[in-house]
Amino acid sequence: MSDAGPGAAGAPPRGERDGAWPHLLLAWPALALAVLFLVPLGTIIALGFFRRVQAGFFEVDFVTANYARALDGFHLERLWITVLLAALATVICLAAAVPFTYLLTRRPRRAQVPYLVLVLASLSLSEVIVAFAWSLLLSRTSGISNLLVAVGLMEAPASWSPGLAAVVLALVFVALPLAILSLYPTFSRLDDELPEAAGTMGANALTGFVTVVLPIVRRAVSATGALVFIFVLGAYVIPQTLGRPAHWTIPVHITDQAIMKSHLPLAASLAIVLLIVSSLLALLIVAIGSGRLRWPGRSAAARSGP
Amino acid sequence: MNRWLRRSLFALVVGYLIAPLVIVAGVSLNARQVLFFPPDGLSLRWYQAAFTDPGWYQPALNSLMVATFAALVAVSIALPLAYAVWRYRVRYANVVVAMGLAPFALPPVITALGALALWIVLQSYGQAYTVVLSHGAFLTTLPLATLTVGLQNLNPQLVEAARTMGATGGTVFRTIVFPYVRPYLIAGFVFAFVLSLNEYIIAYMTVGFTFETLPVKIFNSLRYGYSPTMAAIAVLFFAVAVILFALVSRIGDLPKLLGADEKA
Repeated sequence: MSDAGPGAAGAPPRGERDGAWPHLLLAWPALALAVLFLVPLGTIIALGFFRRVQAGFFEVDFVTANYARALDGFHLERLWITVLLAALATVICLAAAVPFTYLLTRRPRRAQVPYLVLVLASLSLSEVIVAFAWSLLLSRTSGISNLLVAVGLMEAPASWSPGLAAVVLALVFVALPLAILSLYPTFSRLDDELPEAAGTMGANALTGFVTVVLPIVRRAVSATGALVFIFVLGAYVIPQTLGRPAHWTIPVHITDQAIMKSHLPLAASLAIVLLIVSSLLALLIVAIGSGRLRWPGRSAAARSGP
Repeated sequence: MNRWLRRSLFALVVGYLIAPLVIVAGVSLNARQVLFFPPDGLSLRWYQAAFTDPGWYQPALNSLMVATFAALVAVSIALPLAYAVWRYRVRYANVVVAMGLAPFALPPVITALGALALWIVLQSYGQAYTVVLSHGAFLTTLPLATLTVGLQNLNPQLVEAARTMGATGGTVFRTIVFPYVRPYLIAGFVFAFVLSLNEYIIAYMTVGFTFETLPVKIFNSLRYGYSPTMAAIAVLFFAVAVILFALVSRIGDLPKLLGADEKA
């Protein structure tokens, strides 16, 4: 597998005189991304230490009260719920996306296109529309419970939204297309002959997939897991609309503090806590996938891939 | 056995992705202002309302404007960046690429809060252009990813041949590189456009109360009363996305654009 980054193929040999061109080309991207990405991140970090003033938004200061509140019992419990929900959605999503993407990439290219269009269109669907659609699907008046009543599986139509199931189903819905597209490049470059070889050696399709294919794609799967986990962790609309207050995640409280309660410093400190937790967990997921982190007692031989 | 497994998994995933839309489409056809499924009578009046009620088409126009300019901003950042990284070896270029890819490694709500904080500090909070710039930077990742894939797939011998024949950097770019990456550029633009059109949390935090975009309008309606018009709008959104991505698959090889390798 080639891990060639940009600049690997087709680039001219080193030593050619470039003059100012590369810097001119990079000036606008560097400026735009610095102002629109780095500065906002820095501003949030600073904001977390500012003091809130009732009338306006905040005042420059250095106080730790916001972090103290962001780490109090209430918000820690919210953080725990947020991480649990995201982990649950990520696991369900990967369990569906990994076999689906694998089987999809075994199909001829032309046959893949309609599925890819559907996945892309679902990916781009606004979280707002997803929340709306699931709230209808799980409602009493228009939901699937009517269907279950019609076929005799249920006594009377029921409403499952808001509720935990609604939140998880919708989070998996937004995460699934992202996971499929993130797995797609690696899976589509997989050699067809590997599982076939396993097959000739007597392994059935499932054994071949688990013992031959999965170890090869482990990095891609864990990277996708990290991506999906972070994405779901940062969802706002779905837990807000499809969940009860018991399912409200940290992003709901961040938005609530920033917009409704005009308490930007608290919102900022909550965001930084969320950022640190999500980065650490994402790194953990990637480390497990790359084999750098092993469960104690497992032999090194278990991870020797090709 | 294998085939049966594949068919049932495909049916499950496709059904899961389509089920909510089937319900929404059904609800959008109700004859009266109710959210029944199956619909109670059939009518297209909610689609008509989506186009004639200023409460809906004004946010739609706002969203189209934001998405167009945001996708242009994203491409204007991604194209020179991807090209410079591919063509020259500048050490700090990778730092800029990392900044271009980083927004997708952050929980979306943090990007949104960052945008809110930035525009408050710059005293531009609520201006329409703020959401364009913030969306543009956030969505740079998409054209950057497609263009990087495209430049990797470009046959180096083609470029080499042109150089040997005496073509300058500018000529190579105009006659070889740009025509080759054009489908990737269009795909990247379309991805950024469609995602901006659908983006909620950044738009809400930056211009939620001054320049209503369609997702913000839908969210407000979600809290203060459902109507079948929302279902009609949702169907139109999905239709636009399907049409645009189907067009992209006509212009370029979709599996290749998404990172499958060169083989036919």
